[in-house]
Amino acid sequence: MASQIIFIILVIAGIALFSFNVRKVIRNIKIGRPAGRSDQPAKRFMTMLKVAFGQTKMAARPIPFLLHLVVYLGFVIINLEVLEIMIDGIFGTHRVFNGLGGLYNFLIGSFEFLALGVWLACAIFLIRRNILKLKRFGGVEMKAWPKSDANYILITEILLMSAFLLMNAADFKLQALGEAHYVTAGSFPVSSWLQGLLPASASSLIVIERVCWWFHIIGIFAFLNYLPYSKHFHIIFAFPNTYFSNLEPKGEFTNMASVTNEVKAMLDPSFVPSETAPGKFGAKDVNDLSWINLMNAYTCTECGRCTSVCPANITGKLLSPRKIMMDTRDRMEEVGKNIDKHGAEHQDGKALLDDYISREEIWACTSCNACTEACPINIDPLAIIVELRRFAVMEESVAPGSINAMLGNVENNGAPWKYSPADRLNWAEQS
Amino acid sequence: MEFKVPTMAELMAMGEEPEILFWVGCAGSYDERAQKITRDICKILHHVGIKYAVLGTEESCTGDPAKRAGNEFLFQMQAMTNIEVLNGYNIKKIVTGCPHCFNTIKNEYPGLGGTYEVIHHTQLIQDLINEGKLKAEGGESFKGKKITFHDPCYLGRGNGVYEAPRKALEVLDAQLVEMKRCKSNGLCCGAGGAQMFKEPEKGFKDINIERIEEALETQPAIIAAGCPFCMTMLSDGVKLKDKDQEVKVLDIAEITARANGL
Repeated sequence: MASQIIFIILVIAGIALFSFNVRKVIRNIKIGRPAGRSDQPAKRFMTMLKVAFGQTKMAARPIPFLLHLVVYLGFVIINLEVLEIMIDGIFGTHRVFNGLGGLYNFLIGSFEFLALGVWLACAIFLIRRNILKLKRFGGVEMKAWPKSDANYILITEILLMSAFLLMNAADFKLQALGEAHYVTAGSFPVSSWLQGLLPASASSLIVIERVCWWFHIIGIFAFLNYLPYSKHFHIIFAFPNTYFSNLEPKGEFTNMASVTNEVKAMLDPSFVPSETAPGKFGAKDVNDLSWINLMNAYTCTECGRCTSVCPANITGKLLSPRKIMMDTRDRMEEVGKNIDKHGAEHQDGKALLDDYISREEIWACTSCNACTEACPINIDPLAIIVELRRFAVMEESVAPGSINAMLGNVENNGAPWKYSPADRLNWAEQS
Repeated sequence: MEFKVPTMAELMAMGEEPEILFWVGCAGSYDERAQKITRDICKILHHVGIKYAVLGTEESCTGDPAKRAGNEFLFQMQAMTNIEVLNGYNIKKIVTGCPHCFNTIKNEYPGLGGTYEVIHHTQLIQDLINEGKLKAEGGESFKGKKITFHDPCYLGRGNGVYEAPRKALEVLDAQLVEMKRCKSNGLCCGAGGAQMFKEPEKGFKDINIERIEEALETQPAIIAAGCPFCMTMLSDGVKLKDKDQEVKVLDIAEITARANGL
């Protein structure tokens, strides 16, 4: 009975803490400006199914695709087991679904293979990161916390899977011994190999089985509550992120409605704008970005596919699209903490531009869209870069000298170079 | 030119309307290398007998480089002025000689009141081939020659046009070789996003060198391009690698014109 009460308290506390943190994350995302992305729900839903659920964009790199697929399926399917653990924990039952008979045996057997698969995939992931040191997982932004974060997740998953298999092994052995509480249920194609590691006495086996059972469920709740602090948040955000992703051609940049109003008023003095213009053009800080940009930042799992295909990064420039996303998240969390401590009106004198992302980074972008194409969950670093450029150019008039010269030419003679408009057709006179 | 390139103003004066407007673009108008491509596009249009016209001195920058650089004001000023001209001439269909103009007019003008059917010149060539109006005969033979095509970002990834330029090369009976990074994985030449107009940031390599090394790995006779900015970057790269004698950088329009003896 005591264990049931402890279990129920644990579940309530785990879920309450998680919802408290998620509310904070949503509050942070809402710091952003509104964005009209609620059109075409059917197409959006299909995009989500294809890209997030179906993982179609992962296939571009077959090895990580397969490894990730095993972990993904393992995560989704083994969580069916969590349902049983919850019921057992609350009502003090044991393997409550064993009434399913053959199907139950099949399920538990499949979970075991998946658990082994997840274990191996995570081990390979650790090797790729820490021993093979794949270039994609390196870079200036991947020091300290981001590096440990990835390792913590992988080690936790290995521990969880180990506990799951060890628990089954002890359970199986107890079933064979005919222990009263341990009904004969399930098939154990993987964990039966672990039996040799276990002691023979029923009392020790019960301790091992219980410890692993509690470790598994506490581990899952700990993991859930780790998510809001981690890059691993993508397991949830991948879905809304792909739903709200850009459906227009990648080459198209948004037309700023606030500018349209001003330009129309300039060209036609009788024009009356339908809405009032916002205070600022482009973005200097996270609150100038759209909530989609900010959700993108929470969704990023720092895999580095974007940076590995970025022409600027490949040739040694400072720009890394992954860093753009990580900086945006870091700054957003800083702003969030400021709100918690000092209230919504607090200004800390810092901003995303310059304190996190440098001018050198934003001006190195070729807007080639390789990053957005590479992202398996449709994150758009380019949109943030463009907003920062818009602020630099329209609010501050600060840009590289040659860019200013180009803009001056477009304005004065309708071409980015210093040629006379009168000479525009001269090409037709030569052969 | 052996024929006169008609302008919209002239056609209007005669009370006529063209089937298609050829949007030349700034590079195509002023850049010496790109002017050759512009003339070849006109030769193709003339050759197949499509009724076309250019805006001539009435054309102005689409505003693309201003928009990519972050100057939305200047972009919209340019766009609205151009739209006024285009709508004034009742333009329905546009072919551009540049993927940047193509992307801007096709995707960003409709929201500002300018809706047209916009195609890139490689799509026009593909259509003409499909309709049987354009073949590869009467000119230079490209049979068996190794050609590799560099996807312009704003044509490929930006708008999903990968097949049209390849179709134009297929009819040549040439040997089409793909670079490792091609189509949706294509590597930028380094000129997009207003980079064309500034020096690159500090790094250990220029982007066009990275790209040209990859192109040269395919040991091509010709590197095919579809964008005047890519043309500049790739030509510079080939020169810097001292390969400009063996390897030619040519636009799809130039190759098509040559194959047809235009």
